[in-house]
Amino acid sequence: MTTNARRIGLALLALLLVAPLLGIGAYPMHLMIMAMLWGFIYTSWALMGRLGMVSLGHGAFFGIGAYVVVMLWNHFGLPPLAGAIVAVLASAVLALLIGYPCFHFRIVGHYFALVTLALAEVVRLTIVGLRDSTGGSLGVTPAPGIPAGESASLFALQFSDRTVWFYIILVMWLLSLYVWRRVDRSMTRLALQAISEEEDAAASIGINVPRSKLGVATLSAVMTAIGGVLYAQYQLYVNPETVSGIAISLQIVFGAIAGGMFVTLGPTVGAVFLLLLSESLRILVGNQVHGLDMLIYGALLVFFIIYMPKGILGTWLEWRERRAG
Amino acid sequence: MEFFDIFLLEAIVNGLLLGGLLALLALGLNLVFGVIDVIWICYAEIIMVSMYGIWWLHSVQGAPLWLAFVFGVAVAALLGAALHHFIVRPVLTAEPINQLLVTGGVLFFLQAAATVVFGIEFRNIGIQLPGVSVGELYLSMSRLIAFGVALASIVATYLFLTRTYIGTAIRAISQDREIMPLMGVNASRIYLLTSALGGALAGLAGCLLVLQYDIHPAIGLSFGPIAFLICVLGGLGNLVGGFLAAFLFAQFISVGGFVFHLEWGYVLAFVFFIVMMFWKPQGLFARRQ
Repeated sequence: MTTNARRIGLALLALLLVAPLLGIGAYPMHLMIMAMLWGFIYTSWALMGRLGMVSLGHGAFFGIGAYVVVMLWNHFGLPPLAGAIVAVLASAVLALLIGYPCFHFRIVGHYFALVTLALAEVVRLTIVGLRDSTGGSLGVTPAPGIPAGESASLFALQFSDRTVWFYIILVMWLLSLYVWRRVDRSMTRLALQAISEEEDAAASIGINVPRSKLGVATLSAVMTAIGGVLYAQYQLYVNPETVSGIAISLQIVFGAIAGGMFVTLGPTVGAVFLLLLSESLRILVGNQVHGLDMLIYGALLVFFIIYMPKGILGTWLEWRERRAG
Repeated sequence: MEFFDIFLLEAIVNGLLLGGLLALLALGLNLVFGVIDVIWICYAEIIMVSMYGIWWLHSVQGAPLWLAFVFGVAVAALLGAALHHFIVRPVLTAEPINQLLVTGGVLFFLQAAATVVFGIEFRNIGIQLPGVSVGELYLSMSRLIAFGVALASIVATYLFLTRTYIGTAIRAISQDREIMPLMGVNASRIYLLTSALGGALAGLAGCLLVLQYDIHPAIGLSFGPIAFLICVLGGLGNLVGGFLAAFLFAQFISVGGFVFHLEWGYVLAFVFFIVMMFWKPQGLFARRQ
């Protein structure tokens, strides 16, 4: 990265750090929180996605994160911070359980995408099927945990002040970028890059293919589950159709690809783009014509994949490089 | 055996009937994959569009049902051809996963288009076919019809592929897409034709589904994933494997749903799918290399 770009980046980060103090309204604040939250999740997905492991099953981990925490809190009074640990463990175990045979038996490409898609549906249907405790398709809200007269409860992980959420999610988002860079510079990445290009050749030079893949996939799954926890606690409402299953899984993939899954900030750019797109379409089109925003959304996704397979940021960086070179 | 009661038998028979329908669902998808090597994630949405087409012509415009069915199949065939020409063709040389995702964008597009045009209300063509009693069994007429038509169209497709000149060309392309163009087969025309045929099969599935289910924009999501999994389980592109896998899947859904609850039937089927993938990664009935 050039020093110039670094300076711009630091300035933007500083601006982001003080943004809540500038008295911006509740709605812009909400948008920024959502952009960072989705940025966090898309970045987590892209960790494995760009190495040739295209998972259509991240809705499973997102749903586990969201539901495990809310269920443990509502039914057993387990504080969400403890619940988050359970969710992380559960998603890690699931990722290992699915990932190990997948990578061991070399399930790649279409097959991997569809096996993970089945996983996303299993989680969604399980949540719906357990309707006696999960509320089924109607969704569920975490029991209110903020004591009277106060505005926040760390015990219940509920904060009525958006500023708190802003900083929590900002930290998580920065953390995901850090993880991205660590993975990017590690030996594992080089190994995985080799694997995604030619699996046999990689194995022949002594790379343990299944183990390398499994590590990154588990990391990606766990981070997505944490994203689910944050989503549930911030929105204070979860629904199996929106936090699990095929729809959210595809949204995660598209977000990462639209931004550009091969560059650090790509998935975040994708998150901002999708958010601005859906919000502006919602405002412009209004609610009179149901579905028009999704119509344009779908058309744009198709356009992006055909004409900009490297995503917005990826294409832009490439264009700049070509101009400079 | 007490457990094996008449209701269980009914569930098994219903599973068999469902199997025929699922086999038809998987057939078009498998055909397209086998020939063009692309998975239409939006396959079930093409079925949804054909269902709306049938409903619109029959219930809104008052046309006779047979005409509406022909219309539904034609619309789906046209949509399949258009999908290939405008969306899939440009990415044929791109990364395989981009081909899969681009049709995922079409999924959102078609779902939204249906919402814009028809709204989110549940629609149905208002036809209630009587039930049929066979001995102690009580079966639904629309399921029996769906089963019969599905099997007939599967046989017809099979005969088309094996007995006609074009069918032979389609199979040839699916076996070697590099050599066949050199032998004078026009690959892009075969692709377009296969896509139209895949679409038409989706439309036919729409005709059968419209007899049993209400139509709404998101209906594709409820059977789309099953269709993909059946194809993968049978070995992508393997028509016979997909056919058998459909019946296996249907039994899980029907009997599992009977013993536990509807969703659990699906959960069982999906878990079965994941386990089978580990056992036979290339599908239960993998093509010999």
